[in-house]
Amino acid sequence: MCTQTVGLAQATVEERGIPTASITMLARITAKIRPPRALAVPFALGFPLGEANNRELQTAVLRQVLALLERDDVPVLEKLRVKVKV
Amino acid sequence: MVETGKLSVGLRDFLQTYPWRRIDPVPKASLSKPISECNVALVSSAGFVVPGEEPFSDSVRGGDYSFRVIPDYVDVQSLEESHHSDSFSHAGVEADRNMGLPLDPLHELAAAGEIGSVAPRHFSVMGAITAPNRYVKQTLPVIADLLVEDRVDIALMVPV
Repeated sequence: MCTQTVGLAQATVEERGIPTASITMLARITAKIRPPRALAVPFALGFPLGEANNRELQTAVLRQVLALLERDDVPVLEKLRVKVKV
Repeated sequence: MVETGKLSVGLRDFLQTYPWRRIDPVPKASLSKPISECNVALVSSAGFVVPGEEPFSDSVRGGDYSFRVIPDYVDVQSLEESHHSDSFSHAGVEADRNMGLPLDPLHELAAAGEIGSVAPRHFSVMGAITAPNRYVKQTLPVIADLLVEDRVDIALMVPV
């Protein structure tokens, strides 16, 4: 349900004029919900940033989520480009 | 991507049959400045609460739709998780709270000048909300007001 909970938050906040982006582990569900911008990551539910205590990976994921803010062609659903072992 | 075939049968069936809310039209706000100058806040659905605060309830029908403020000065690892769903492994956030609220990585980006600043407060909800009407009508407008009050330029949202 987190996928929808986050998507709905994006819609409300974006309507108030603040751009948003999120992470999703369930891209097919996100495609149905259509939040403005989301990064699809190849990680299991419960692991949106990839790996506990792996700061390099977490920062790389966050950096790509941030980059989505430059996109105005909403809804944007982009895949993670960082190479990771899953 | 988590292929739905890897999920439990019960969860897979739920994901396929649940009437997901479709956002239509998709709202669009645009940046007013470069990302490197933006004030950034996080919204997490991991059900985190600051120690001593009331945990999210598992007895609210349709899901606890309340929210908690997470001050930016908090030690992220001190946060307590009260997300009640068993549809995901809690091991990641138990080992490292940044998995649900990446405060330390966000501060690294601020220190490196990749974002302008980190907002004074972040927001926590508990993602297992199957009946989201009260969440949408009561909770989210308040969170949006507080983000505006904090002059947040970008809100990043993290589900678990």
